[in-house]
Amino acid sequence: MASLTIENVKKQFGTVEVLKDISIDIAHGEFLVLVGPSGCGKSTLLNLIAGLETISSGTIKIGDRDVTSIAPKDRDIAMVFQSYALYPNMNVRKNISFGLETRKIPKPQIEQQVTKVAAMLQIESLLDRKPAQLSGGQRQRVAMGRALARDPSIFLFDEPLSNLDAKLRVEMRAEIKMLHQKVGTTIVYVTHDQIEAMTLADRIAIMKDGVLEQFGMPREIYNNPASMFVAGFIGSPSMNFISGEIIEHDGELQFPLDAQNGERCHMPLKDLCVNPHTLAKRTVVLGIRPEQISAFSSTDQGNSSVYKLTCPVQITEPTGPDTLVFVQINNQKTTCRIHPDKAVLPGESMALGFDLSKAILFDPKTEKRIH
Amino acid sequence: MGNYSLSQGNHKSVAMIFFRTAIYVILIITAIYFLIPLLIMIFTSLKSMDDIRTGNLISLPREISFDAWKSAWDSSCIGVTCEGIKGYFWNSMKITVPAVLISTFIGAANGYVFSKWKFRGSEVLFSILLLGCFIPFQIILLPMAKMLGTIGLAQTIQGLILVHIIYGLAFTTLFFRNFYVTIPQDLVNAAKIDGAGFFRIFFKIMLPVSIPIFVVCIIWQTTQIWNDFLFGVVFSSGETQPVTVALNNLVNTSTGVKKYNVDMAAAIIAALPTLAVYIIAGKYFLRGLTAGSVKG
Ligand SMILES: Nc1ncnc2c1ncn2[C@@H]1O[C@H](COP(=O)(O)OP(=O)(O)OP(=O)(O)O)[C@@H](O)[C@H]1O
Ligand SMILES: [Mg+2]
Repeated sequence: MASLTIENVKKQFGTVEVLKDISIDIAHGEFLVLVGPSGCGKSTLLNLIAGLETISSGTIKIGDRDVTSIAPKDRDIAMVFQSYALYPNMNVRKNISFGLETRKIPKPQIEQQVTKVAAMLQIESLLDRKPAQLSGGQRQRVAMGRALARDPSIFLFDEPLSNLDAKLRVEMRAEIKMLHQKVGTTIVYVTHDQIEAMTLADRIAIMKDGVLEQFGMPREIYNNPASMFVAGFIGSPSMNFISGEIIEHDGELQFPLDAQNGERCHMPLKDLCVNPHTLAKRTVVLGIRPEQISAFSSTDQGNSSVYKLTCPVQITEPTGPDTLVFVQINNQKTTCRIHPDKAVLPGESMALGFDLSKAILFDPKTEKRIH
Repeated sequence: MGNYSLSQGNHKSVAMIFFRTAIYVILIITAIYFLIPLLIMIFTSLKSMDDIRTGNLISLPREISFDAWKSAWDSSCIGVTCEGIKGYFWNSMKITVPAVLISTFIGAANGYVFSKWKFRGSEVLFSILLLGCFIPFQIILLPMAKMLGTIGLAQTIQGLILVHIIYGLAFTTLFFRNFYVTIPQDLVNAAKIDGAGFFRIFFKIMLPVSIPIFVVCIIWQTTQIWNDFLFGVVFSSGETQPVTVALNNLVNTSTGVKKYNVDMAAAIIAALPTLAVYIIAGKYFLRGLTAGSVKG
C-alpha cells in the first residue's frame, strides 16, 4: 500500500502535447478514478504511472519514493490492460503465475497464491484453459487475477469493463468495489463511464484534452462542478444549461425563466452567487440538474428556494422509477425528473418546482463556474 | 410466385454447376501441364539407357530400374572424380541447415527489436537493412570474395554459410518485424510489468507465438539457400561445392555418352529436400495462434 503523488506531469508525443500539467495526490488505500472522453489522455497518464511511457516533465511518487525514471518492473505496481493482454501461449494458471515466477518466488508459494486468487475470482475451473477458450468476462477475470496474484503497492486498471455487456459490467463493478474493500490497496482506475466513476471512486479526476478539469470526491464533483464540462459529464441525464440575460426587477438582479406561454418567474441572483452586481445585464448560464426540477406540490409552497413555473410538456420518457419530462425554458430544451404518478401527457401543462438551492451559474464564454 | 422462384433457383444452380465444372477442368488441365515435365523426369530416371534410346520421351519405362539413381548418388563422374553427387548433397546440407537456422533466429531477434524495442534511429536502420532485399547478388560478388579471402574463409563451407546468413538477414528481419508489429504492444507491456526483461519477453512471450512466421521463414530460406547456384559457383570449388553446382557439372561432364537417366535422377535428388520442407513444414503452418490473447 502506498500513496500516489503526481506533480506537474506533462507528456508530449513529438510536438503534440497530450498531457498538460497534471497534478494529482491521493492517500494510500484510496480508489482514484480517471475519467474523461475518449482521447483525453487517460491511458497515457496510466502508462506514465506504470512507467511504460517516458515522462516529458514533472515527477511521480509512489509512497515516498520518486519513481519518475524507474523501470516498470521496479515500481511495485500491477496493471490490468484495456485489451487484457493475456499471454496467448500460456494457460490461465501460467498467465497468473508468470509474474511470480519472474520474480523468483518459491514454487509452493506461487501455487498457494494462484489457488487463492482463482478462488477469489471464481476461475478455478478455467485454470488449464488457454485465453482463446475463454469468454470476454472470463478473460477479464483472468486479467484481474494476474494483477491480484501479486501484492503490489498500487493497482492500475485501464477500462477493464469497457468490453463487457451491460449486465456483466454492473456485476463486475460491484465485485471490484468489494475487492477494493477486502484488499485495501491503492487503485487507479481509468474509465470513460461516469457511472463507474461515481460508484467506485473515493476521488475522481476528470480530464479533457489533456487538462485536469477537476479533482475531488464524487459528491463534491457532482454538487460543485467547476465547469460546464464537468457538470455535463457527471450525472445522467445530464445537467440542464439554461442561458438567460440578467434583468433588474423589483429592485434586485434576477435570472428570468420564461416558459414561452406567458408564464415567467424570476430567481434572485443573490441566492445563486456571491457577487450578483458584477453580472448586471450579462448573459449567464443557469445549471440545474433534472432532479432539481420536480412537480410543484403544496409542501413546496412555504419553501423559499423552490420557484414555481407552469410549462407546456413537449415529450415524456418513462424510465420506470422516474419519468423524464421535456419542456422549453428560455427557448431551450430542459429535462425534468418527475415522479411517474405526477407526470402529465405531452401537450398538457404542468406546474414545475425549480429548486434553486443546488442550482449554479456558469460564464458562457469561459464555461467556468461563477461563484 | 412459388413456381417462379423455384425455376429461378434451378436456373441458378445449373449455371453454377456449369461454372464449377469449367473451373475444375481448367485447373486439372493446367495441373497436368505442369506435372508432365516432372513425370518425364521420373520415368526417364527409372529407364535403362537402351530403353531411352529405343522408346520416346513420354513412354512408360519397360522395366523399372534404380541403377540410374544409384549411379547418380555415388558413382557418376563429376569433373575428374567419379563418386556421384552424395558428397555435394551433404555439402548442401551442411551449408543449408546452419545458414537457415542462424539467419532465421537472428531475423527473429532483429524483428523483435525493430517492432517492440524501437530506439532513436531504428526506423532508419530498418530501411537501410531492407535495401538488402533489393540488391542484385551479382553486384556484391567481387567485394564479398575479397572479404572472405581477408578473413580466411574463401572456398570453404563456413564461408558460404556466412554469405547466406548475411544475405538472408534482410528477408528474415522483414518477415519477423512485420509479424511482430501485429502483436499488441500491450502484451509486451504486461510482461514488463510482470517483471520480465528483454530476453525473457523474447523467449517466453514472442517466440512461442511465432511458429507461423518461423515456418514461412524456414521454407523461404531453405529454398533460397538450397537452390542457390551463383554463390556456390563463385565462393566454393571442388570438394566444398553445393549440390546445385555439382549437378551442373555432372550434366556438363562430357566423357562418353550422355546418360539422361542419371542426369534426371541426380536432378530429382537435388530437388528432394526443398520438396520435403514444403510437405513437412506446411503441416505446421498454423494460423491464428495469437487469437484470443486480446479482446475484440
Ligand atoms: N504513441 C503515441 N503517439 C502519438 N500520439 C499518441 C500516442 N499514444 C496516444 N497518443 C495520443 O494521445 C491522446 C491521448 O491518448 P490516450 O490513449 O491516453 O487516450 P484515452 O483517454 O485513454 O482514450 P480512450 O478512452 O479512447 O482509451 C490521443 O489523442 C492519442 O491520439
Ligand atoms: Mg485508453
